[in-house]
Amino acid sequence: MASHLFCGRVNLNILREAARKDLREFLDKCSGSKEHEVEKMFTLKGGRIPSAAVKNIVFFVRPRLELMDIIAENVASEDKLHPRDFHILFVPRRSLLCEQRLKEKGVLNSFTNIDEYILDLIPYDGDLLSMESESSFRECYLESDQTSLYHAAKGLMTLQALYGTIPQIFGKGECARHVANMMLRMKREFAGSHTQILPVFDTLLLLDRNVDLLTPLATQLTYEGLIDEIFSITNGYVKLPPEKFAQKKQGEGGKDLPTEPKKLQLNSAEELYAEIRDKNFNAVGAALSKKAKVISAAFEERHNAKTVGEIKQFVSQLPHMQAARSSLANHTSIAELIKDITTSEDFFDSLTVEQEFMTGVDTDKVSTYIEDCVAQKDPLIKILRLVCMQSVCNNGLKQKVLDFYKREILQTYGYKHILTLKNLEKVGLLKPQSTMRNNYPTIRKTLKLWMEDTNEQNPNDISYVYSGYAPLSVRLTQVLARPGWRSIEEVLKMLPGPHFEERQQVPTGLHKKRQPGENRTTLVFFLGGVTYAEIAALRFLSNMEDSGTEYIIATTKLINGTSWIKSLMDSPEENLP
Amino acid sequence: VSRAKPEDDEYWNSSKFKAFTFDDDDDEFSRLKESKRAVNSILVDDDDDEEEEDGVERVSWSGEPVGSISWSVKETASSIRSGSEQSFPKIDTTPSLSKQGSGYSLSSLFKGDLYDTAVRTYAPELSHRKVRWKGNTRAGAFSLEKFRSLQDKLLLLDEAVAVYDGNLITAVLIYLKKSLSKEILFRELMARDVALRHYVHYLKEMGEQKLLVELMKALGRTEDMALMQYKEHLNIKDEGQRRDFLKSCLGLPFSQDDATHVQDHYTLLERQIIIEASDKKADAEIFKKFPRKASILNMPIITTLYYSCFYHYGESEGTYSSPENIRKTFRISEKQYILTALGARAKLKSWFDVDSLFNTKNWLGYTKKRSPIGFHRVVDILQKNSAPVNVLQEYVNLIDSPELKLSVALKYKCHDIVINTYRDLKDRQELVVYREKLERDSPEYRKIQELLNNVQIRWKN
Repeated sequence: MASHLFCGRVNLNILREAARKDLREFLDKCSGSKEHEVEKMFTLKGGRIPSAAVKNIVFFVRPRLELMDIIAENVASEDKLHPRDFHILFVPRRSLLCEQRLKEKGVLNSFTNIDEYILDLIPYDGDLLSMESESSFRECYLESDQTSLYHAAKGLMTLQALYGTIPQIFGKGECARHVANMMLRMKREFAGSHTQILPVFDTLLLLDRNVDLLTPLATQLTYEGLIDEIFSITNGYVKLPPEKFAQKKQGEGGKDLPTEPKKLQLNSAEELYAEIRDKNFNAVGAALSKKAKVISAAFEERHNAKTVGEIKQFVSQLPHMQAARSSLANHTSIAELIKDITTSEDFFDSLTVEQEFMTGVDTDKVSTYIEDCVAQKDPLIKILRLVCMQSVCNNGLKQKVLDFYKREILQTYGYKHILTLKNLEKVGLLKPQSTMRNNYPTIRKTLKLWMEDTNEQNPNDISYVYSGYAPLSVRLTQVLARPGWRSIEEVLKMLPGPHFEERQQVPTGLHKKRQPGENRTTLVFFLGGVTYAEIAALRFLSNMEDSGTEYIIATTKLINGTSWIKSLMDSPEENLP
Repeated sequence: VSRAKPEDDEYWNSSKFKAFTFDDDDDEFSRLKESKRAVNSILVDDDDDEEEEDGVERVSWSGEPVGSISWSVKETASSIRSGSEQSFPKIDTTPSLSKQGSGYSLSSLFKGDLYDTAVRTYAPELSHRKVRWKGNTRAGAFSLEKFRSLQDKLLLLDEAVAVYDGNLITAVLIYLKKSLSKEILFRELMARDVALRHYVHYLKEMGEQKLLVELMKALGRTEDMALMQYKEHLNIKDEGQRRDFLKSCLGLPFSQDDATHVQDHYTLLERQIIIEASDKKADAEIFKKFPRKASILNMPIITTLYYSCFYHYGESEGTYSSPENIRKTFRISEKQYILTALGARAKLKSWFDVDSLFNTKNWLGYTKKRSPIGFHRVVDILQKNSAPVNVLQEYVNLIDSPELKLSVALKYKCHDIVINTYRDLKDRQELVVYREKLERDSPEYRKIQELLNNVQIRWKN
């Protein structure tokens, strides 16, 4: 049971169950029976598959060519005396190229079943769906391959099948337009067949990542955002340095420190985490200490328990209390780890420069901070993040400034990065200033992207997630709900791609009768990735007393500035520290 | 708590997820109804087998009714799949395609040649069972070989593009690549942007470098072509081959800037190979004292310069390995040069070399210290390399701004400078405070003591 999936307004467990059912059916087919005991799971690796006393081996893979080579190696090195049945399940779609590759390697016929597991949108949390398609942004904006958008549209059709037709579709950007077109066409092809489900979502908002290139470049300052920035959250898990998690064992003097990284799952099933994940990091300390008081008070209760009944009651609560205590211990440790970094001079300096750029200070000059970072050979991705941010906040860099940065980067990190720089230029993250006026200040002012008096402890505006900067993408979402996009026509025109509105017909009888005071539900789909800070900002809007709208978030991939830039680099593995 | 609403129950109990058997003809009607319900409840239906026979008239993307296509497709598919029972209902699947010139609807592609095994041999994907090509599917079990005329082929491509599914577009492109001449294919792709981009991506994935370069050339995208070719060097492990490859890139039509960078890249590797060969067997004192940890091959130019300042400092400009030669050849800015040389010489604790880095003679012949980087940065670097206090002091004194000078002096405990600064500021109180931080009877302590006792100073406080 995934309890974190149905705590929200929309029960995403329905989607999860549908997906599970499909998987079970495939496994049935492989084993030829209703029993599908999965004996062991292995990570895909070259060479021979580790031994396991099983009859069937299922490869559960993304359709990527390099994975096919590994599978072919696995199959080829199988013990010929004890052959096992091989099956392959592509997620989310079969691919011609992959099967061709398997054929070239001479192993295609070794598979009893080749099928696809149409899992476009993976439920991540009660209000969050992700396609986990890492290269989606790169494919859409650099390679111009829109296959991931096709999958996004399919995923949206599945959602509509389960949760009803979404009556209103808004969008901004080229990719958004594509997805909407595909959805409308897919819908047309089933003209006459209407889903009989009362619509759960009122509105779908499709947003291109390239409408807001700035936000992912900024350092996220929410608790979850910082965990991701510093330790990177993968598939809902984070690996942390073990030192701070050492259990103090009595009598042993705690000499043997664990060397394995500590792995923690992070989602809203954990009460404390749900409470603090979206807070500005500066408010996390207070929340943790408050929680500590509550928990220790609860443990103190044992002294007051006098009667057998009271003791029994106390004991029955113990497991829950102990879980709460260990959760508190974990998050205190994580917060300490993060604090070590956020209080460092490096972090402070870099944040200061980011904020200067975002407020438009000195964006037309070479930044001595960036220059110094290059001289100290700081990680290249950090440099690229800052340079791109400066470029975006200045609507392009002066040719002289751009040339200077380029030369410094190539000389210090290697000439081969010509390729990466070119990629960044192609997607618009880095560009020379055109003759056009720098319109970033106008956008910033109209959408109030910079708030002077941000309250980190008790926020009253989404800008708290970046301690001053209100993410553009979320501002667009907010304005759409109220007062509507018509009020910002001019700014919308300055941002890339078309903006549009479409309506889908809902069969009579399925029209929602809204109770007075009942909130609307909007699905916001970020094409090309979304950051945890943006998610936090949308959750903040959902929880605002008079917002009137609750948000469910979908995306092609959960990203941060580092993972995003990395996905745009050529041969990134060679230059990471 | 997995099911929330009754309609969900109905949804799951509907035909979609049931194992269907088709051996019972009597039940045909009820099954159709069931299927129809399933389709009604789920719009995307390509994820399982049996819901397409709903009897609902379907309209393909082009607006033409689809007819019984899905039946025939499924039949094909089932005959291909190994495990499937041959028990589909007996609906007429004879091809009944009326050819209206070249005006195929995509759906009609499914008719005819359904059992064509050729499909499978060149595109196994296309013979997959779930192959209804109706705008929301991947690929169809049809024979592309039907499309003989150029016009048909292009129409096919355009239809595939209209579906947006990359997999499908690729399937068609592979067919066109096989059946059209390069020139014609390139020419037609030029007018079809989306298909073109997929083709480029496909060639990249398949590593068809040569064809890709030709295509780029034909498209006039010469710069892209040049970069693409240049990128290949990343796959060459042997440094000699890599150098030769880079050399072969020099004539490519890069943008002016990139041409310079690629030229530098080549020159750098060429020299690194020469330096590496000679340093590997070098027996100079410095190499014994500080054995090389790694080879210099493929390192960035700044790293190479650092290496040169470390192992080859003072060599005459004539040698490839000398800092001066590298500096000139690669047009290193003065700032970068000073920073790098400073780092290397400070690491070796050659304070004399550090000193001479900043010496400049004016026209009268006096030497003066000058630096393109702030002296506070110089101090930072020296301090990181554990320079002695007397060396540090000299550079702290050169910091222009008095405030910065004081803060750096405080940070690195350059007592003399701190004391002198407070004395010049006539700040008695700060001197008293500072005295407390010092060891009693140390020379600095005594110096403050003397100052405080000096009646001639007019303190401001």
